[in-house]
Amino acid sequence: MGWIQDLVDPKARRWEELYRNRWQHDNITRSTHGVNCTGGCSWAIYTKDGIVTWEMQQVDYPALKCGLPPYEPRGCQRGISASWYVYSPIRVKYPYVRGPLMDFWREAKKQYSSPVEAWASIVEDETKRTRYQTARGKGGFRRSNWDEVLEIVSASCLYTAKKWGPDRVFGFAPIPAMSYLSYAAGSRFLQLFGGVNMSFYDWYADLPNAFPEIWGDQTDVCESADWYNSKFIVSMGANLNMTRTPDVHFISEARTAGAKFVVISPDYSQVAKFSDEWIPVTAGQDTALWMAVNHVILKEFHADRQVPYFIDYVSRYTDSPFVVELEEIKGGYAAGRMLRANRLGRYQDVENGDWKFLVQDAASGELRSPKGAVGDRWSEEVGKWNLKMEDGLDDSPITPVLSYLDEHDEVVQVSYNDFESKNTRLRGVPIRYVETADGRVPTATVYDLTMAQFGVSRGLEGDYPADYDEDNGYTPAWQEKLTGIGRDTVIRLAREFAGNAESTNGKSMIIVGASINHWYNNNLSYRAPITALILTGCPGQNGGGMNHYVGQEKLTLVAPWSTLAFATDWTKPPRRQQSPTWHYINSDQWRYEGDFTEYASVPQETKWAKGHAADLTAKSVRMGWMPSYPQFNRNSIELAEQASAAGGDAAQWTADQLDSGDLEFAVDDPDAPENWPRTWIIWRGNAIQSSAKGHEFFLRHYLGTHDNAIAEEHAKDSVKEIKFRKDAPRGKMDLVVDINFRMDSTALYSDVVLPTAFWYEKNDLNTTDLHSFVHPLSAAIPPVWESRTDWDIFKALAKKVSEIAPEVFPEPVQDIVATPLAHDTPDELGQTDVADWREGEAEAVPGKTMPHFQVAERDYANLYNKFITLGPNVPGDGYNGNGVYVPAEQSYTELMEAPSGGPPDSRHTRTTSWGGNKYPSLEDALDAANVILHSAPETNGEVAYQSFKHEEERTGLELADLAEGVRATRMSFFDIKQQVRRTLISPCWTGLVNDGNPYTAWAININRLVPWRTLTGRQHMYVDHPWYIDWGEQMPTYKPRLDHSKTGDIVKTPVDGESLVLNYITPHGKWNIHSTYKDNLRMLTLSRGMDPIWISVEDADKIGLVDNDWVEVMNDNGVVVTRANISARVQPGMALYYHAVERTIYIPKSQQRGGRRAGGHNSLTRTRINPVLLAGGYAQFTYGFNYWGPIGIFTRDTYVVVRKLEKLEW
Amino acid sequence: MDVRSQVSMVFHLDKCIGCHTCSIACKNIWTDRKGADYMWWNNVETKPGTGYPTQWEDQEKYQGGWKMDTSDPKKVKLKLKLQKKWGALGNIFANPNLPTMDDYYEPWTYDYDHLFNAPEGDDQPTARAVSMVTGKPMEVEAGPNWDDDLGGSPIYAANDPNLENITDDEKEQLNEINRMVFFYLPRICNHCLNPACVGACPAGAIYKRGEDGVVLISQDKCRAWRMCISGCPYKKTYFNWESGKSEKCILCYPRLESGQPPACFHSCVGRIRYMGLLLYDADRIEEVASAADADLVETQRSLILDPNDPEVIAGARANGISDTMIESAQNSPVYKFVIKWNLALPLHSEFRTVPMLFYVPPMLPVLAKINENGKYDAASDFPEGLGPLLSSLERARTPVNYLASLFSAGNVDIIEKVYKKLIAVRVLKRSQRAGDVPQSEVDKALSIAGMTEDEAEAIFRLTSLPTYEERFVIPPMAREVAVEQSRDPYTQKAAGGFGRTKPPERRF
Repeated sequence: MGWIQDLVDPKARRWEELYRNRWQHDNITRSTHGVNCTGGCSWAIYTKDGIVTWEMQQVDYPALKCGLPPYEPRGCQRGISASWYVYSPIRVKYPYVRGPLMDFWREAKKQYSSPVEAWASIVEDETKRTRYQTARGKGGFRRSNWDEVLEIVSASCLYTAKKWGPDRVFGFAPIPAMSYLSYAAGSRFLQLFGGVNMSFYDWYADLPNAFPEIWGDQTDVCESADWYNSKFIVSMGANLNMTRTPDVHFISEARTAGAKFVVISPDYSQVAKFSDEWIPVTAGQDTALWMAVNHVILKEFHADRQVPYFIDYVSRYTDSPFVVELEEIKGGYAAGRMLRANRLGRYQDVENGDWKFLVQDAASGELRSPKGAVGDRWSEEVGKWNLKMEDGLDDSPITPVLSYLDEHDEVVQVSYNDFESKNTRLRGVPIRYVETADGRVPTATVYDLTMAQFGVSRGLEGDYPADYDEDNGYTPAWQEKLTGIGRDTVIRLAREFAGNAESTNGKSMIIVGASINHWYNNNLSYRAPITALILTGCPGQNGGGMNHYVGQEKLTLVAPWSTLAFATDWTKPPRRQQSPTWHYINSDQWRYEGDFTEYASVPQETKWAKGHAADLTAKSVRMGWMPSYPQFNRNSIELAEQASAAGGDAAQWTADQLDSGDLEFAVDDPDAPENWPRTWIIWRGNAIQSSAKGHEFFLRHYLGTHDNAIAEEHAKDSVKEIKFRKDAPRGKMDLVVDINFRMDSTALYSDVVLPTAFWYEKNDLNTTDLHSFVHPLSAAIPPVWESRTDWDIFKALAKKVSEIAPEVFPEPVQDIVATPLAHDTPDELGQTDVADWREGEAEAVPGKTMPHFQVAERDYANLYNKFITLGPNVPGDGYNGNGVYVPAEQSYTELMEAPSGGPPDSRHTRTTSWGGNKYPSLEDALDAANVILHSAPETNGEVAYQSFKHEEERTGLELADLAEGVRATRMSFFDIKQQVRRTLISPCWTGLVNDGNPYTAWAININRLVPWRTLTGRQHMYVDHPWYIDWGEQMPTYKPRLDHSKTGDIVKTPVDGESLVLNYITPHGKWNIHSTYKDNLRMLTLSRGMDPIWISVEDADKIGLVDNDWVEVMNDNGVVVTRANISARVQPGMALYYHAVERTIYIPKSQQRGGRRAGGHNSLTRTRINPVLLAGGYAQFTYGFNYWGPIGIFTRDTYVVVRKLEKLEW
Repeated sequence: MDVRSQVSMVFHLDKCIGCHTCSIACKNIWTDRKGADYMWWNNVETKPGTGYPTQWEDQEKYQGGWKMDTSDPKKVKLKLKLQKKWGALGNIFANPNLPTMDDYYEPWTYDYDHLFNAPEGDDQPTARAVSMVTGKPMEVEAGPNWDDDLGGSPIYAANDPNLENITDDEKEQLNEINRMVFFYLPRICNHCLNPACVGACPAGAIYKRGEDGVVLISQDKCRAWRMCISGCPYKKTYFNWESGKSEKCILCYPRLESGQPPACFHSCVGRIRYMGLLLYDADRIEEVASAADADLVETQRSLILDPNDPEVIAGARANGISDTMIESAQNSPVYKFVIKWNLALPLHSEFRTVPMLFYVPPMLPVLAKINENGKYDAASDFPEGLGPLLSSLERARTPVNYLASLFSAGNVDIIEKVYKKLIAVRVLKRSQRAGDVPQSEVDKALSIAGMTEDEAEAIFRLTSLPTYEERFVIPPMAREVAVEQSRDPYTQKAAGGFGRTKPPERRF
C-alpha cells in the first residue's frame, strides 16, 4: 500500500505551502453579532491585509461550576456566515435618497435658506408629497452624502416638532441587548428630542403575557447551562436546534446524564429528532393538553396523595392559600375578587389595607394577612415586603390553610366557564363565611377554586368528571378531540413530569418558544403549563421552571443602561409606546375588522368584553393603562405654553381640558391629519417588512405606495368611540429613514437609507438570557466605505439638530408628556376597580384614574451637549433595574474623576465640559460602554453590594451577604475584550449565580424570600383584575382556537378545487435570524435559494403539487409567491413558512394579484389585539415598556389559500 | 507489524443538530473561490435522504470504492470498482461515472446590485438568481443541501440508496408523520487507509501523509484526469473548474500542524466531534479491506492497535513515531469510542476503503402508534420497567436495518450492541442523578449491554462533560522535523510565509 508517503520526497510536498498560505491572518479581534438571536456568542474575527476574512468561535469562556458541560464553542451556521456581509454586494456603502425626494430637496434648498422651511415646502405640497410617497419601494435610489441626509432628517424632525409636536417623531429599534449602545444612541437622541421609542418585545409577540400575569416580570429564565441540571425537559413551541443552536448541546448532554426529553410540536421538527418522545399535538392545542396534565397532577399528586414538597411549595410561594370572595349569581356562585385585609376589623386601619390579602391561619383559626403584598411594597413603613409567612401587623407566624375541604361552613356550587362547549359548569367548592365590615361573605381558597376549575372533585358534588375517561373539562379524555393525542400518553406525561419533580425536588423544566405565544390566547397557552410547574414546585429550582426563549430580551446591565438609553439623566419622563396597539390603530388595521367577539371567546354575560378592540384600546389609553402617542390632537409644546399661561398645575389643567372635551386624545380620532405619526426612524430592525404584521397595510397607510391587500373595511358600524372617517388616509408618514448595513426590505421602502457599521466594525455590549456572560462587539476594522456606527450617526444627527434648532426653537421649551400608570412604582396601587372617568364612574385624576401629565424641558440647541454627557440627575436619582434601586452616588463620583479629553480608551472613561460644568463623557461608544460597566451591579461588585444593602431595608431581609464575595470585582471594556466575563449576582435579577452556579429565575425569591412583584407578592395562579374576571380568565382555562371562517382573512380570495386552505404557521427558520441572513449567499446556498413553503404529502396530492413547484399563497391581506417543499414531516392542514422572508430576494410577480411583485411572510398577516391584555392600573397589571400589553399578532390563527403559480414572471 | 499513526475522528450523531456550522467554517476558509464554489469539503446530510452529490451512496451508478473481484475464484482480489470493464489507463479519456453538474448543482448568486441601481419603475425590484457559471439569470433547481430536513419526502427520502435493505413496512413507516424519522450525517473526507482516490489517480498525485495519515491531492502533480472523483465512493474529491485540478478536504493540516483541530471540528456547536490519534498495523490493510461484509467492522477494529501494548509501542518507535505521539495515541478519545467501547462505527465499510472517520449512531424518539380511538399514542403499551422513561431499542423509530446499512455493512448485531450501551449509560446516570431508578434496573441494563459501571461512567463523561481539550487531543506535529527535510527551520523562521517569489526578468 504505497500511498502512505513518508517524508522521503520533500520536494513533492513543497506545494503544501499553498494551503498553509491561505491559513494566515494578521489579527484576531473578539466580537459578536447584534442580531436578536439570543446566542450572544463570542467570536474571533480574523483579518488579513486589513480585510476581514472569516470568523471562528472563541473557546475561552470562563467555566461554570464543576460537573457542568462547558459552554463553548458557541456560534451557529448563521453567525459563521456573517463575514459574508462585510464586503458583499448587498452592503449599504453610502447614504441614499430616493430620486424624487432628492430632486425636491435640492430644488427647495435653492429657494429656502432654512432647511426647515425647505422641508415644509415639500411636505406641505400635496402633489410633491404624493409623488415621493408613491415612489417608495420602486427603485430610483440615488447616492447622497452625509451632510445632505443629516440635514434632511434634522429638518424633518424639527419641522414635525414645531408643526405637530415632538411626539410625532418615532423611532423603532428592537432588542437593545444585542447591541446596547447602538440602541441607546437612537433612543437617547429621541428622548432628548421629545420623540417616541416604540416597543418591540410585545410587538414581536415575544412577550409571554403570562409572565407579568403570574410573576410580575417581563421574562426571567434560566441560562442554558441549567438545562443540564434538569431531569425532565419538555420542549414546546420551540425548535431548539434552530433557535437555540449554540445551547442545544446541553440537551443531549443532559439526556446522556439521564434526563428525559419530550418534544411537543405539530411537525416532526429538528428538535423532535433530539427527543425521547415526540408528541405531535394539533397545532395551537397545547393548552388543552396541559389542562389535562394539570388535571392528572392535581388528582394524583395533590388530592389522592399529597406530596409534601408540592404542598409546602404552593403554600409558601404561591397565592394558593389566599382567600377569594365568591359572588352570588343566578343559580350559584362565581369566583370574584381576593378578599382585602382591611375588610376585617383586625386590619381595618393598616396602611394600604386595600392592597393586602388574607389566608386562613391554622394555629389561630382566623384569617391573617401575611407580609409581602404590593401594599407592603409601597407603604411608608418599610421592611415588611418579604415572603416570611408572618402577620404584617405583629410579626406572629402564620400556618396557612390551603384547602377548606376538611373544615368548611358549606359546599356551594361555583360556576365555571367551559369555553370549549360554550357552557358553564357548576362545581362544588368548600367555603367559609367571613364577617367583614360590610357583612358576611362566602370565601374560598385559590387552591380549592383551582381544584374545581380543573375538574378534580375530591368527593364534592357538582358537574365533575367521574374519571379520566369522561369527556368533561379538563380530563385526559376531553383533550383527545382537540389535540389528537391519546389519553394514555397525556396521563403518562403528567405522571412522569410530576413524578420526576417529586423525586428531584422540582427539577422538571419546560422550554418554550414563540410558536405557542403567537396564538390569540397566548397567555392561556402559557398559564396552563406554568400551572403544572407551580403545582410541582419547579419554578425557582435549578433544573426546573418555565424557560421562555424568544428574543434576546435580557439586558443584564439594565439599570444604568436604561438611564443612559432613555436620557433620564437629563429629562423625564421618556415617551415609550406600546407598539402592538400603536400599529393596530395607526396603520388603520382596526378598520378592517368588526367586533372582536366575532372571533374570540368571552363569557356569555360581560360588562367590558365586547365591542370593537379599537374602542377598548382608546379606553385603556384614557384610563392610564396603555400609552398612546401622538398624545393629543394638539401640539404638546403648545399645550405646555397654554397650561403655563393658564397658571396652576399643568397636569390638572390638562386633565380638565380632556374632561371637558376641549382637548382630545389622538387615539380617539387616529385618522385626523393632526394625529398622524410623521417621521419614522428605523435602525437595527426590519420594521416595514419582517416585523410588520399587516405589512401590506403598512405600505398603504403609512407609506402610501402600492400594496396587494384586497381586504374590505368592517369597522364603520362597530366602533362607538373611535371616530371613523370615511376615507382612510394613505401615506401618513412624511419621512421614513432606515439605518442599515444591508439593503433589506425596509431599506428598499424607505426615503433615506443611511449606511451603518457592521458588527465587526463597532464597539458595543451584548448580553442574553441563554448565558450569564457579558460580551463585547468590537471593531476588527473601521466602518467600511462611508458607513458609521449607530452611536456616531445619532451623535451627528444630534449635532445637526442643535445647529438648526435655534431657527425654530431659539429658547428651551416646555413639553407636556403623558404616561400611563407604571409598573414598579406606587402607581401599582392605582385602581382597585375599573372605573372610567369619561363614563362618570370616577373623577379625572392625573396619575390615578388617567395617565400622568408631566412637564419636560426640551433644549434643542443643547441636545448635542446633553447627548454626549451623562447628566446631573444620576447621583440623586440613582439607577433602577426591574424595580430595584441601584445607588449611583459613588459610581458617578468615580466617573467624574476621569481625565478630560484625550482619545477614547477601552480601559477607562473620560469627562467632558460644556456650559461651565463637567460631566462624565459619552462622546464615544467606548465611553458609554465603560460608564455602563462601571455603574451596573452586574459588572461592579461594590454597586451590587450597595444595591443589596438597599434591598435589605426595603424587605427586612438579610441579602447583602450574597455580594460580599464580589465587592472588589470591576470590569472594563478592555477586560471583556480579553475574555468574556461572567456577570455578578445582582438584586435586579433573581438567580443565585455565585460560585459558578447556573442562573435560574426566582432562585433568590425561593431561597431568600424576596417577593415577586405581584399583587400578593407570590406567584399568581389566580388573577382578580376585574377586567380578567370579565373575560373569564381569572384562572387558567382553555379557549378555542379561532375559527378562520370568522376572522375575515379569506373572504374575497377565491377558493376552488385547485386550491388548498391551510393554517399558516411561520416559525423561526434554520437559515436566518429573523430577516437577517435571508439574503446571505451562504444561507441561501445551503437552503433552496429562497424560502419554500412546507406542505404535507397528503395536501400536495390533492392539487397535484410536486416538490419545488412554484405556488401562490394568499389571503385578503396579501400574497406570497414561493416554492413548495413537500414532506410528510408537516401535518396535513398546515402550511409552514419560516419567517422572515426578504421581499428583496428572488421574489416573482403574483398572477393572482395583477402581476405585481409578491410580498413577504407578513403580507399574509394582520395586526390584531386581544383586549384582555389591555388591563392596567393594578399591581402587576400596570404598564411597563416591553413588559405589558397586547402582543403584536395572532399570526398562528391565520389561514391562507395555496395554489400553483400559473406563470413565472420576474 | 508495521505500526503507523493516523489522525482519526468520531462524530457523535446523537448530539448532531444538523446546523451546518461546520460546512461554513470550511467554506469560508477553503472553498470560497471561483471554481471551488460548488465544493463542500464538509457537508451535512439529512438521512434518510439522497445527499450531495445526489445518491452518492449508489455505487451501481458511480462505481466508486473497491470490490472483491471474484472472476477468478482461486484468486479473489480487491479491485477498484471503476476498473470493472476497462483497465485504468484505457478509461482515462472518457469517464462515464463522473457526477455531472446536475448531480451537484449549478452554483448561483443574486443580482444584488439591482436593489441599489434599479431605476424608478412601477413595481418593486427584486434580486434574481444568477448562475455563477454562465453569469445569466437562472432558476434554482438544485443545491448542495437540497433535501435538508426533508424526512418523509416521496422524492428524496424515498430514494435513499440505504432503503434497499429495509422491509416494505419500514419504508412505509418513513412516509407517515406519526412514525417517520430523520437525523443528520456530517461528512468530510474519510482519510481512508485504503483510499480509492489514490488507487484511481493515474498521475500519482494523491498521497497519504506518513505523519498524520491525511490524504492530499498534490496541486503540482494533478493532471485533471478526475479519476479520483469517480474512485472515491464518498464523492469527497472535487474538480476545480477554474484551476483545472482536483481538490479535497485537507483536514486543515495547517491548523493541525499548529495544534488546532480542523475548522469543522473547532466550530462544531453540537460538540459532537472528537479527534485523536490511532495506531494501526499497515501490513493488514489489504486483508482488512478484503473481509466479508458482515466482518468488515470487526476486522477494521482489529487493525487498530492498543497504544499501551509494549509491542505496539516498540513497533511505533521503530517506525519513527515519537514518544509524544504515542502518548497522544494513549489519550485519544477516538480510541475509546472506536475500540474500547465499540460505540463508533465506520460509514459504509462495504466500500472497502477502510475509512478512518467513525460515527456513534443517534438515539431517536420512541415509535408511536395510532390507537383504537384514532389518536396518537407514544408507546403507551411499553413493557413495565424502564421503557417509558428513557429510550428503547425495541421501540426505536429508526429501523435498525437502516442504520446497519450505513454503519455496519448490514450487520444488525453491531448496531444493537451500541444501543444497549447508550441506553445503559442513561439508566445508570438517571439512577444516580434523579434517584428514581432501582439498582436492579441499572444492573439489568448494564448486563444487557455487557458493560461495567466504570465503563458507563467513562462513556458518560466523554459524551456529556468533555472540555475542548478532552475532545481534541491533537498530536504534536514536530514540524521542525518535517521542515528540515527541505529547509533549515532556522531559515524558515526568518523567511517563511513569503511564498514563492519570482526573480526579475533581467538580472545584473
